[in-house]
Amino acid sequence: MTDPRTSIISERLKKIGRIVAVSSGKGGVGKSLVASTLALSLVREGYEVGLFDLDFTSPSTHVILGIEGVQPKEDKGIVPPTVKGLKYLSIVYYSGDYAAPLRGVDVSNALIELLSITRWGRLDFLVIDMPPGIGDATLDLIRLINNVEFLVVTTSSQLAFETVRKLVNLLKELKVPILGIVENMKTENSNIQQQTRKSGLSFLGEIPYDVLVEEAIGNTNRLMNTVLAKKVEEIATKI
Amino acid sequence: MHEWALAEAVIAAASEIAEKEKLKQVTEIKIMIGELQQIETDILQFALSQLKSEKFKNTKMLIGTKRAEFKCRACGHKWFFEKETLDESTAEAIHFVPEVAHTYLKCPKCGSPDFEVVEGRGVWLESVKGVR
Repeated sequence: MTDPRTSIISERLKKIGRIVAVSSGKGGVGKSLVASTLALSLVREGYEVGLFDLDFTSPSTHVILGIEGVQPKEDKGIVPPTVKGLKYLSIVYYSGDYAAPLRGVDVSNALIELLSITRWGRLDFLVIDMPPGIGDATLDLIRLINNVEFLVVTTSSQLAFETVRKLVNLLKELKVPILGIVENMKTENSNIQQQTRKSGLSFLGEIPYDVLVEEAIGNTNRLMNTVLAKKVEEIATKI
Repeated sequence: MHEWALAEAVIAAASEIAEKEKLKQVTEIKIMIGELQQIETDILQFALSQLKSEKFKNTKMLIGTKRAEFKCRACGHKWFFEKETLDESTAEAIHFVPEVAHTYLKCPKCGSPDFEVVEGRGVWLESVKGVR
């Protein structure tokens, strides 16, 4: 018995220049904010960009970007709507405001389903907001998309960086390209930059804790004026 | 038309199998559809007929369906999917991403959303036959 869906995924993604998975070892490091502002920054640079929220059990990029009232178009599959200048796909189109209590096998199946039926068309970048950690979504992405590149977000906390180290080691072992590390909510005496360089990885930038981000959630104009977004704009030019 | 996307996947997967098995002509493909996916088999059959390349020009496309059955992980109760009990938008959401069944369906005995789709999910190729 063969699952035919995986055979069409490369065809669905063939017109996409680069696929960037924004990932982290643990939750709460600001990965979704970085992914959302990265996607918007790339749009501002004039690129064609898609954003795929792959955090199926806790999607949040639609809240960050203030996206509501849109649905994909049906055309021999699904075509993500263009919102805020980017093609946007999230499971919330189908699960709405309700919880999606999915186990690993369900996460895999939903991911394969969406990758096999979504027609992104031509894109320069597809930014993927990953769920935290090294779970099914990360492993499936590596298995199914051969040109995926990882951008890894940490905070200044050793707890966060310790989990990042494990993620990075796995990616290295699997020979998956790592664009570099972004340090979010940077504290004064942090040494993440030195530790990153010691691991032989690129340090893409640091983002200070920005109290204004919370008030800007849902409003992309305000969001892109935050210090966080300005820092991510600089990072976008480096990838 | 979700069925078109799946038809393309079927042809792509069957082509890979045909190449691996060195088949010059594919004579028959048996496709099984899980009921949870709520595929319109007529549309799938039509889409397949439109997508046939040289290798598939005489291929008989057999489409079967498998009833969707669930088993609750909390209490062990088993039950079947009943589309008629769902409103249109819920049925459509499950059609596109069957896993969102976990968002809308609950075990009828204990109310848990933690259930397993025992069978009847997705689309799969049961066999690809041909001549070398």
